[in-house]
Amino acid sequence: MTIQFNDESFRDDYSFHNSERALKRFPFPFHEDSYMYSVNMEQHRGGPADSVYEMRFDVDEHYVSEMKDRAIVLDQDPLRCQSLPHMTLAGWDLLELIMVSKSEDYPDLFELHRDGDHWRWINRPLGIDDSFTFLDETTLPYGPMEYITRQAQGDFAVLDQRDDMLWMDAGMVTTQADWSLDFDIGMNFFEWHAPVPKAHEMGIFVRALKFLLNIQQGAPARRLNWTMTVNPLLDTSPENYHKWGIQKTTLTPENIGRKQHLRVELQTFYRLPRSNALVFPIRCYLCAFEDLTAVPKWGRRLHRVVRDLPVELATYKGFIDNRPLMLDYLSQFDDGLPTSSGIWPDRESEPPLQK
Amino acid sequence: MSKFEFPPSILSRPIWGQLEPRPGTYHLMIADAEGAEAILDVATPELMAQCHIIHIPKGTDFAARLSKLNPAQLYEGPSYEAALPRIRRVLGDGHMGLQIYLAGTEGLMGQAMAEAMRAGIPHSAIQTEHRGSTGRRMQCVHCKGITEDVETDPFVCSHCGLNLFVRDHYSRRIAAYQAVCVDAEDHGNIPEQKGIYQ
Repeated sequence: MTIQFNDESFRDDYSFHNSERALKRFPFPFHEDSYMYSVNMEQHRGGPADSVYEMRFDVDEHYVSEMKDRAIVLDQDPLRCQSLPHMTLAGWDLLELIMVSKSEDYPDLFELHRDGDHWRWINRPLGIDDSFTFLDETTLPYGPMEYITRQAQGDFAVLDQRDDMLWMDAGMVTTQADWSLDFDIGMNFFEWHAPVPKAHEMGIFVRALKFLLNIQQGAPARRLNWTMTVNPLLDTSPENYHKWGIQKTTLTPENIGRKQHLRVELQTFYRLPRSNALVFPIRCYLCAFEDLTAVPKWGRRLHRVVRDLPVELATYKGFIDNRPLMLDYLSQFDDGLPTSSGIWPDRESEPPLQK
Repeated sequence: MSKFEFPPSILSRPIWGQLEPRPGTYHLMIADAEGAEAILDVATPELMAQCHIIHIPKGTDFAARLSKLNPAQLYEGPSYEAALPRIRRVLGDGHMGLQIYLAGTEGLMGQAMAEAMRAGIPHSAIQTEHRGSTGRRMQCVHCKGITEDVETDPFVCSHCGLNLFVRDHYSRRIAAYQAVCVDAEDHGNIPEQKGIYQ
């Protein structure tokens, strides 16, 4: 199926929008009517046709515009992309992984031709046709990690593994849920997660680390995470929080359906072959409340999850002040009927809204 | 004695220890202000025979007492910045068996630890002991400027002028805690200033 790339913005006039197809494949993150932390890992080995799970690195209608937004962020703040000196090899591993995956999964959009170390990469949506020497940094316009992640949706944390620990030693981070790569670079797994409430006491991070340390080449894993964002703003960075924070106060009963977005991260985890590093792509999907609630099951469930979420989590996710407004809006779409289990919309089998 | 019991906190926040003599071929002790007391407490004639003490007094007067320890080398610097080229030289000359002891404020220990890490010494091999001021070295997440010796929350960034709140999230690489705009969602509504540990 050919992808029609949207011409849209994630700032200023916020012309971002999801097509009917994008809504249908939106990774709704709640498999039941409530939410609590868990180590919700599963193998990343494809999924239903045209779902965000199908390909290794999902390319969707927002690709070209997201890459333009990333370029704007990097022009304004080059510190969003950093790699400690020992991580260059992992950058090449990542470049290879993405180029091979995309050229195999989307042959009409991407081509990779390899003759020994002489590689040619064609990226049709972005109009790129570059020849370079693999493992020779001087033949690319950027370092390998920056080069390829300027062409791949989502943030990328590249984690070194040593002393039975993961270290955030490189990354490209422009679509983050309010964390700073510049501040966190060099930290270990427990340190960069330190500000997350509750999950440490629940043993979540100890178990997650154990799982991640054992990820093998060719056996990637995935999980979903989520938060809330007012306006389809990709760059919810701490760096710019003094500029975008005020947008959280612009919700009204009239505009909330359009302005309030559920922000879902598809997190995947790949072992890299030469460096033994772990790459952690964090892909962000946004969906306006008014689009989500058009799916009866999702409307019912979103209301229940937001309503019952512990105060601590709603505070950490930054929407405690807006929760009453959100619940007023969402309650219209909850008729009290039971919902089917799992994240899928089940539009054919779930009853329409009864009110 | 001026020891402070830090309240329990999140996992990125450093936990300072207590200096103890360790076997080594050379001992580098870096301290500021009351950090000198920790050196006085740990000093033994054996340590001092192979010891280089770098002290930044910050208005305190420990020179005579430190001198009396008879360390192999003793340097008093007017500021950390002034002492830095010397610290780098000593770390660069360091061999196997070099032991590092840091004492004093969090800002001093954090910066000297980052410097030692850049020289290839793992942070877990460096001894620390907090003494004196509990002021924090804060990095503004917005402009990246560092404000030293912050004792109140919120405070004003000495670089960009934003009103910032004090987090416990700490970066060893930057040797600073993170500071974030306090009135981003309600411009001009600055909470009343209080001591960080009040």
